[in-house]
This record gives sequence, structure tokens and C-alpha cells, in this order.
Amino acid sequence: MNGIPMEFGLLLSAVLFALGLIGVLVRRNLIMILMSLEVMLNATGLAFIVAGSRWGEADGQIMFLLILTLAAAEVGVGLGLALQIFHRFHTLDADSVNEMQG
Amino acid sequence: MLELLGWVPLFPLLGFLILVLTSERFSKPFAPWIGIGSVGISVLLVSLIGFEFLNGTLEPYRLVLGSWMTIDDLSVHFGFYLDTLSMTMLFVVTGVGFLIHLYSAGFMESDPGYARFFAYMNLFVSAMLVLVLADNLVLLYLGWEGVGLGSYLLIGFWYQDSNNGYAARKAFVMTRIGDTAMALGLFLLFMQLHTFDIQTLMLRAASQWSAGTLLPMVSAALLLGGAVGKSAQLPLQTWLPDAMAGPTPVSALIHAATMVTAGVYLIARTHSLFILAPMVQFAVAIIGVVTLLMAGCSALAQTDIKRILAYSTISQIGYMFLALGVGAWSAAIFHLLTHAFFKALLFLAAGAVIFCFHHEHNIFKMGGLRKAMPLTFWSFVIGSAALSALPFTSGFYSKHEILLAAFEASPILWAVGCLGALITGIYSFRLVFVVFFGTQSRLVEKGFGWSMILPVVLLAILALFGGMLQIPLDTVFPNLFNLEEDPIFVSVITIAAPFLGLLIAVLFYLTGTFSAQRLANYSWAKPIRQFFLSGWGMDALYDSLMVRPFKVITKLNKNDAVDRLYLGIVRLSQKFHRMVSVSQTGRVRWYASSFVLGTVLIIAIGLLL
Repeated sequence: MNGIPMEFGLLLSAVLFALGLIGVLVRRNLIMILMSLEVMLNATGLAFIVAGSRWGEADGQIMFLLILTLAAAEVGVGLGLALQIFHRFHTLDADSVNEMQG
Repeated sequence: MLELLGWVPLFPLLGFLILVLTSERFSKPFAPWIGIGSVGISVLLVSLIGFEFLNGTLEPYRLVLGSWMTIDDLSVHFGFYLDTLSMTMLFVVTGVGFLIHLYSAGFMESDPGYARFFAYMNLFVSAMLVLVLADNLVLLYLGWEGVGLGSYLLIGFWYQDSNNGYAARKAFVMTRIGDTAMALGLFLLFMQLHTFDIQTLMLRAASQWSAGTLLPMVSAALLLGGAVGKSAQLPLQTWLPDAMAGPTPVSALIHAATMVTAGVYLIARTHSLFILAPMVQFAVAIIGVVTLLMAGCSALAQTDIKRILAYSTISQIGYMFLALGVGAWSAAIFHLLTHAFFKALLFLAAGAVIFCFHHEHNIFKMGGLRKAMPLTFWSFVIGSAALSALPFTSGFYSKHEILLAAFEASPILWAVGCLGALITGIYSFRLVFVVFFGTQSRLVEKGFGWSMILPVVLLAILALFGGMLQIPLDTVFPNLFNLEEDPIFVSVITIAAPFLGLLIAVLFYLTGTFSAQRLANYSWAKPIRQFFLSGWGMDALYDSLMVRPFKVITKLNKNDAVDRLYLGIVRLSQKFHRMVSVSQTGRVRWYASSFVLGTVLIIAIGLLL
């Protein structure tokens, strides 16, 4: 890992994060939104790993483990919600589930 | 025995609670027993207490039942104070009250609100007993407002007729004006003298204030305001004639014998304060004299039997105020006592007449009842004789004493008082002659039970011989008068005045030598008659002075200027609410974009600063 400068790693994670964010914002399918969220989470995880290896500390990897757990939990809840929404509305379109408005 | 004092107001209160808490249908057969019985027990207690007290040293007796409230240096007790003054009032309230309750059992029998009537009457008696027994001004005020409440409820007893409700509200609001002044007086006294206890208050006032200074004057004037309202004196007298809308026993008990004399009692109770304020005391006399003249003139023109009696009540309380004003304290209380007897008698007798005529009040539709109702006729004659103070009736002794005392103070007061006595003679015998003489009118036959006859007979005896009662009031009041030195003509004129009135009444209404009808038809007499009939136009005056401007203001301010501000605040927040609630679209992606935008903004701000 020594050969690659930290900036490159961070740049990659930023690009991944941006791609994930764009995915969350533009996709309407709930499954796709969840996948984009995964991408965003992994991008942040990558940033931690890169930073951890730069300073030779274990903190980055610990944080990544935390993020993995979080991602697993999030997917569990997210897929459960997606299932319920499909049951109720017979669609996975996020925009058509907009009954809670002011 | 004296420690039984605490039970005296409690029994009527208990009666009230029982009657109010049980349903009307259930309690109807028991209502008179509970209502009369509770007051009857109080009468027994008062007799026992009175017997022991009057045979004792006449030392004031004080009974503290418990603490009401204690805040800092303010402590108010449920404390009763018994001296000859409150003893006299106790006798009047329970004795006359009991007789009138008994009478009501017959009078109100066919009324659907039988139990309710006794409930209110008991509440009133209880409050009145608290009022006369209270040893501090706050407890007195409690009773004071309690009798006001009882009066309100009973004037509006037949509430289905909106006029009665109106009369009740009028009485309540008018007396409330006086009560507000009185409350201010209480606050002022407490602020200055740091106690509500009446005896301590009087002692401190006498030692800390010098006569004629501002503080005693203001506080006495404020108390006088309360007394004027309650006792229907000028300028707050207009509620009493309208208060006759209530059942006749109510008029007898509340608006003749007891409640309206509460003002007299208050001034007598705080007489030390009034001695410190000579100007205010003089004002009391002036109010009394003007009121007695005004009410007497008004009574001359009335055609409603109860309104005549109402105006005569105002007039007689005017005499009591005159007595208070000239410092003849015990004469005032004596007149209060005899007035309670003969006015209750007159009202009950009038009630019997009204009873037989199915609630007809106009005296000119009655006539010739002398033969048909001999008992009522004779009680009316006795009552009227006492009212106009013919010699050897009870009213004679008390009124004579008042007028002689007034002469000592000022011959003018005496002269007006004698004029008032003359007018009293005219209107009271006008009533007798019109109702009981002349051609007999169609009478609705209706028998009276013993419960209606007995109170009338007893009150007639009291009205005749009540003047013989000797109340040792000189233990309470300072005696300022020496009645020996009056010139003989004063006594003669004082005695002759009512006889002259009687003579005028005979000439006008009995023999028909002069015709009141012809007199009233003269062009100059018409406006005077109208003036008297309307009670010196006071109602119209208040109407144009207070009621109508108030209505104009309310109409102008229909949309409530102050409310605009708050409505504006409501509108503004609603507008903001709508603006913000638009952003809640229910779309997840919209929320996510707002997150992103917000985060970017916050980071940008963080970087830039």
C-alpha cells in the first residue's frame, strides 16, 4: 500500500461517495436506492481504511468494522421496509409512496 | 350554652345541603320539614343562648371554630362574636326567618320548585347568620356575599319569566357596585391597621387615627358604599322595587326584614370608625333623609301592592340611616328590630291578598276585602299603624326615638323626617283603604292553613307590642343623647305628623272628600305623578347615564380592538405554518436532497468562516 499516495485513495472514495449519492438522489427504485446507499457506506469505509494506513493506526479498520455492521443492519431494516411497501403499494417506486405530506 | 353558637348557622346550611343534594321529586314531601326544621332548631339554640346571655353579665362572648387562612401576618378565623347587637340580629334573623319559613310552607305549596325554594331560603338564613355573627370583616364579607347570592337566587326563583331573571341580575349587579367599594374598604383597613378582627380594628383605629383625618374618612366612606348598596339607599336603591319579582315570603324575609338591613348592621358594627369620620357620618344622615323622602314620594304613586311596600322599606331604612348618621346607634337598631316585625307582617298579609287573587298585584283591582279577609285586614291595619308610627305600636317607639335624636343633631333633619312620617301615614293607609274598603271585588276563594295564619298572628302581636322590648344596647354603643330637654312642640309635631297623613288618606281614599283621580288629572300634577311613579326617574337616569353609553361602546367595539392583536398573531403563525408545511412533500428523494443541500451549505459556511 506504500506505493499509492493517500490523495488517490481519498479521491477514489470521494468519487464513489458522489456516485452513491447521485444514485440515491436520481434512482426511484427502492432497491437501487438501497444499493446506492451501500456504495456510499463503502466509500466512507474506504476513506477510513486509507486514513488508517497512512498513519499506521488500527482505528481506521475498527471504524470500517463498525460501518460494516451498520451497513448490515441498515440493509436488514431497509429490505424489510421495501418488502412492506411492496406489499402495500404493489410498487417499489419511492416517489409514488408520498402520502405523508403536510 | 354559649358554645352552641357555632351550630346556629350550621343547621340551616345543613338543611340547604340536604335539599340541594337530593332530587326534587324525592325531597318534596320532606322539604318543608327540613327547611323549617333546620331554622327551627336554630331558633331553639338562639333562645337558649339568648336566655343565658341576657341573664349574664352581657360581656361579649367570642367563639373561634377554626382557622380559615393564614398567610404571613394575615390570619382569618371562623370566629363568632356575640354581644347585644349580634344577639338582637340573631333574634330577628332566626325568629322572623322561622315565621316566614312556616308561612312559605303554605304559600308555596303548589309550586313545582317547593324543595328548591326551601333550599335557597336555608342558604340565605345561614349566610345571614354568618354575617351577623362574624368577628372579623372577611367572614362578615363571606356572609355578605352569601346573602347576596341567596337574594339573587330567590328574586329569580321563577326563572321561566325572563323579567324575573332580569330583576335578579339587576339586584346582583347593583349591590355588587357597593360590595366592590366595601372590599376596597376592607383592603385599606387591613393595609393600615394589619388586622381584620372587628373589635381590634376599632380599637386600633381609635388609637392610631385622629378624628376627621383622611384615612378614617376614606375607609368609612368605602364601607358606607357597601352599606348603601345592600340597604338600597341612594344612589343604589333602584334594585329593590324590581326585586319584588321574587315570591312574597322572599320579599318579606330578604327584602324587608333581614338582608336589606345588613347595611345598617355594618355601620352600627363599625360605628367607632364612623365616629372618627364625622363628615362621612353626616353623609349617612343626609343619604338617609333624602332616601326616606324620595322613597316615600315614590310609594305614594305606585299601584303595585308589593312595590308600595318595597318603597316603604327603602324609606324606613332611610330612617335607620338617619339615626346612624346622627349617632343614635341603638335607635337605629331598635327601628331595625321593629321594622323587621311590622314589615314582615305587611308583606305576609300582602302575600295572603296576592295568594287569594292569583298573583294579582294591582291594588286598584282589589277592594272591599275587609269582610272577606278579616284576619288579613286587621294584620294590615296593625302593620300600617306600626309603619306610620301611630302611638303605642312598635314603630312609634323606635321612630320617635330616631326623630328626637335627629332634632338634637339638626332641626332640618328632624323636619324632613317628620315630613317623611306624614308621607308614610298617607301611603300606608292609602294601601289599607284601597284594598280593604270600597266595593268588594271578585275574590278567588282560597283557604289558608294554620301554617300561614300562625306567623301572621305572631308577627301582628310583635308589631303591636315589639316596642316594649328592652334591648340593652348601651353596652355596645356610646350614648350621646340626653333626651330630656326637648321642647314639647317637637314631640307633639313628631306624634302628630303620621296622624295628619292618616287624615289625608281618609279624606282621599275613604270618604272620597277629595279625589286622587281628579288631582292626578290636573296638567301640573301629571308629570309629578309620573316622576314619583318612576321612583324619581332614577332608572331612566341610570339607563341614559350608564346603560346606553355602555351599549354604544360595546357596539363600537363589537370587533374587539384588543382581540385584533391576538388574531393577527394567529394569522401570522398560520401563514408561517403553511409556508413550512409546503416543504413536507412526502417524497423520500426530496428529503435526501435537502439533507445533501443542507450539509453542503453547512460545510461551505464552515469553510468560509
